[in-house]
Parts: sequence; structure tokens; C-alpha cells
Amino acid sequence: MMTNPTGRITQGQFSFLPDLSEAEITLQIEYGLKKGYAWSVEYTDDPHPRNTYWEMYGMPMFDLQDAAGVMAELKECRKTFPSHYIRLMAFDSTRGIESIAMSFIVNRPAKEPGFGLVRQEVQGRSMRYTVHSYATDAPEAERYSG
Amino acid sequence: MNKPVESGLVTEATDITADAKKRYSAGVLKYRQMGYWQPDYVIKDTDTLCLFRITPQEGVDPVEAAAAVAGESSTATWTVVWTDRLTACDSYRAKAYKVEPVPGRPGEYFAWVAYDLILFEEGSIANMTASLIGNVFSFKPLKAARLEDIRIPVAYIKTFKGPPTGLVVERERLDKFGRPLLGATTKPKLGLSARNYGRVIYEGLKGGLDFMKDDENINSQPFMHWRDRFLYVMDGVNKASAATGEVKGSYLNITAATMEDMYERAEFAKELGSVIVMVDLVIGWTAIQSMANWCRKHDMIMHMHRAGHGTYTRQKNHGVSFRVMAKWLRLAGCDHLHTGTAVGKLEGDPLTVQGYYNVCRDSYTQTDLPRGLHFDMDWADTKKVMPVASGGIHAGQMHQLIDLFGDDVVLQFGGGTIGHPAGIQAGAVANRVALECMVKARNEGRDIKNEGPQILQDAAKFCTPLKQALDTWKDVSFNYTSTDTSDYAVTPATA
Repeated sequence: MMTNPTGRITQGQFSFLPDLSEAEITLQIEYGLKKGYAWSVEYTDDPHPRNTYWEMYGMPMFDLQDAAGVMAELKECRKTFPSHYIRLMAFDSTRGIESIAMSFIVNRPAKEPGFGLVRQEVQGRSMRYTVHSYATDAPEAERYSG
Repeated sequence: MNKPVESGLVTEATDITADAKKRYSAGVLKYRQMGYWQPDYVIKDTDTLCLFRITPQEGVDPVEAAAAVAGESSTATWTVVWTDRLTACDSYRAKAYKVEPVPGRPGEYFAWVAYDLILFEEGSIANMTASLIGNVFSFKPLKAARLEDIRIPVAYIKTFKGPPTGLVVERERLDKFGRPLLGATTKPKLGLSARNYGRVIYEGLKGGLDFMKDDENINSQPFMHWRDRFLYVMDGVNKASAATGEVKGSYLNITAATMEDMYERAEFAKELGSVIVMVDLVIGWTAIQSMANWCRKHDMIMHMHRAGHGTYTRQKNHGVSFRVMAKWLRLAGCDHLHTGTAVGKLEGDPLTVQGYYNVCRDSYTQTDLPRGLHFDMDWADTKKVMPVASGGIHAGQMHQLIDLFGDDVVLQFGGGTIGHPAGIQAGAVANRVALECMVKARNEGRDIKNEGPQILQDAAKFCTPLKQALDTWKDVSFNYTSTDTSDYAVTPATA
């Protein structure tokens, strides 16, 4: 259990809101599709804030126009990784943007162990900081199993 | 649209440059005779175009005044000089090419002036501003002058490196997409010890903000040495990052007396792992461009607080419009720029403010007179600046802010976070919940402009801090008339 006001990792667009229902997730996907974004499903067992590359559950769905298709992928991913963090990401290929336009978490482990802060005292009063992911104390594939 | 009424201006060409003997005999000529008034001038793609608002002294012919502006902002002096003839002087003369009365503002005229590419040193805003807002603004025949807008040509834009990071890469580094970023300025501005100051940083960030911010006048005063501030702030930032799993930052203000001091502070911020540093506009163009270079070299986001701009941007008849400042600042290189809130405590008419936001974020700025944009301008893929809305805003205005400014903006609630009755973390939670519920509702297709208050009330049912914020600030608004407004009404065609 994390100690921030939400008790959980607050990455993504909607972590401060109650978990989105299937219908609510579908509406967000439809919004992105209308904007011309390509949706992608990603999952990880190491949600460190600087862990940029979560695993891709398949490629971004560039030619998919139907939110139901994205929901089907998400369902598959949840079935395979029920205790992982899963996020939906939308890619915008517009010249001058060419980056991620939306990103929100749609699956979490039941218990979120969070992170520790490791302080290394260096010269004088300076400090080097390391954010440590407690989940990674267990080997890959054995995290969140309990 | 908005075609001015018949002005009675005498605008025909009057220059005598074709007759060199007449043009260069010693003495005083009218500027409009010397080649600075060319109503038939054909604009080149490589020209810089300026729109000045001028108020000539009584009895001064507006066209002559416009020619004088062109002259005094380029090569002219008050008398004829034979040494002009040693040069390709026609290139160096700016050309006033159009003059019109300003609608509804008797005595004021718009004057359009074109400047050849050769006039400005590559990559130097200091050089460009020394010409365009230099001597000319003290010129006696004008009661007042204002640089309203500028079209900078692609040829000159490409000599600038622009923002060190840009808003797209900033989002990638922070891992935050699809919503405005949230910030707060630490209050009180002055007097907190570094240790107490860091407490505010930690609480705000852990509560849900993305950024905290030093205020513009926090440098290194007796109550708080800058190194102490940086040390305590970064402890708060990192602790909050671990507590939330998010990348967090706090704008460390490195504004100081000398460049050497600023570099020293910037280096220390980097050593401590800060993702962002901050400077004030008052450090000047050269220092801004130097710090942008430093930031580019050290993967640092550069936050620009526009301290001081109101002294020359606010009055409609004299100074420089903020849209021009924003264009220069985007080229000079900053990643964040305070651009107004429209609904908060500081000056800003909503459409005019939206015009500034466009200038920061456009790939191609289109002429939009109600928003004060008088020129089309291709930004030639210059990176985009993240506008910052800061000053007297609170969670209850979230629907208005998102409706006005969209997602690419930092919304800064200083008092609106720290003044929360249940504490700073609660204030941050209220703002973050208000933000997320409004983005979600907008994406779901709801009309947030009208349904906004209800959407907030619904979210307040599951979020007590939001309810407290809405109750505390429900009646706070700053409905004063703006001084800097558009000269053109919104018509259905452009609305």
C-alpha cells in the first residue's frame, strides 16, 4: 500500500479517479480513434517512473477503427497478466507531434508495493537519489504473485 | 471584414530615391521622400514584417510618421548623409507599405513595415530587438508606439535553435500525456526558510501536482540561501516521486546577478538531479539565449517566468504586445512560458490570451484578428513552448481553463493549492481530481463549458478535498475589464 492520497501509483491520465468501467474505457478509446490516434496495450511488472518501455502486448493497432477491437486486445492482455500493470497508449503521428497523445492505467496488482527512496550522501550536504521499485526485489515473473 | 472607413490618408508614393542628386543633397527631407514609404512594395518571403500601432503628435501626417518608424528602426538618421551612397542603401531601408486608422481608436494608426533579411544577425534576438524596439520608441514625433505583431520569415527562424526541450519531448521525459500538467507556486513568496520551503514542495507533489515552482523574486535572499533551497527542494521532489511513482519537478529559479552566478546555480540543480530550471524574463535576451544553450546541453527543461513584461505589454497604445514577446521567446529558447489565465487575477482578455497560446504551440500561425494575430507565420518546425497559466486560478474554474487552453498547458494553482482549508496535499488532490474528471468528461463528449460545474460537483461526491475547495472558492472571480483587448470584433466567420 502506497502512502500517497490515492494509495496507489498515480501515473497516467486518470489515476485519481475511481477505476474506469469497460464502458468508460471504450469512450476514451473512441475519443482517440476520432482524433486519428493508434491505440496500443502495454504491460509491466516494474512501474518505476523512469521505466519507459513497458512490454508491448502486440503492435500499436494502426488500422483499427473500432473500439471493440482494442477492448478485445485489452481483455486478452488482462487474462494473460491479471496482476500486472496494464496501460492503454494512443499514438499521434501528426508532423510536429509524433508522440504519445493519451496514456492511462487500466489494470493494477491487488497490492501495490510502491517505491523506496535511497539516499546516498555525497560531498557536503549533497545527496544522490535513487527511486527503488520494491517489486523488482523479486525476480521477473514472480512479482505480485501473492 | 472590419474594413476601415475611408481615412482620407494621403498614401501615394512620394519617395525621390530614383533621383539620387535630389535624394542625397545635404539637408532635411521627409522620411516618406527618403524611401521609407513604399505603398507599392512587394513583400518578399524572406522579409520580417512588423505591425506598429502609432499615435502621431498633433499635426504629424500618419504616413510620414509610419515612414519615420521604418526609418528610425532601420538606417535613417534625422538628416541626409552622403555616406548612404557608399552602401546598397535600398536594402537597409525598412519600408512602410501600408497605413490604416485603427478601428474605434481616434488618433491611432496601424503601420505595416517590411525589413530585409540582411538587417538582422542570425540567431540573435538581442540584435533584432535593438532595431525594432530601439530608438524608434523614443522618437519625438510620435506620442506613442506599440509593436503589435511580427511575421518572422522562415529564413530567419531557421537561424534559431528554439526551445531546448519543447513540449512534446518534455511530456515524453515526464511520462505525462493527454492532460494539462499541474503546478503550484510556493507561498508565501518570501520569508520561508529552506527547510520550511521544502515542506511545501513535498506536500504539493505528493498530493498530486506534477510541478512546484519558485516565485520570480526568490533568488538568494538573507532568509534563504539558494543552495539550501535547492537541497531541501530536491529532497521533497525525490521523496514525492517515490511516494507516487511519477516523475516530479520543481522549477529552481537560477536568476542571479551575473551569468557566472546563474551557471553555478544551474550546475548545482543538475547535480541534484532536477529536471527543470527557471529564469525570469528580466535577465534579458542574451542571458536567455545563453541559458537555453546550457539547458540544451544538459537535458534540462527551461521555465520562463515573464516577470516585468507588464511594464511594456499591458497598455494598448505603447510598448510591445506579449504576442511579439512570445514569438521572440520561442525562438530565443524557453520550454515553459507564462502566458496568462484569462480567468485569473492578472490582465488578459480571453481571446487575446488564446492568441499567445497559439503563438507558443502552433506549427503554422494563421491570421486571426479577434485573437490579435495579424500575420500568417510558418514556424518551420521550431519546437513548441508549453504555455503556463498562473495567477489567481482555482479548481472551480477547471472547465473554463480546459475549454480555453486544451491539454498542452501547465495550470498553476498557488494559493489554490496551498490555501486549501485541509492542507497542501488536500489542495493538490482537489486540483488533480478536478483536472482528471474534466479531461475524462470532455473526452467522453460532454459539453464541459456548460456542464463543468456539475461535473465538478459529481466528482466532489467521492473526493472531499475537491468539495472543500469548491466550497471555499466558489465565489472568487476577477471580472475586471482588460486593458489589452482586440481591435477587431469576433464575427461568425472567424469565431
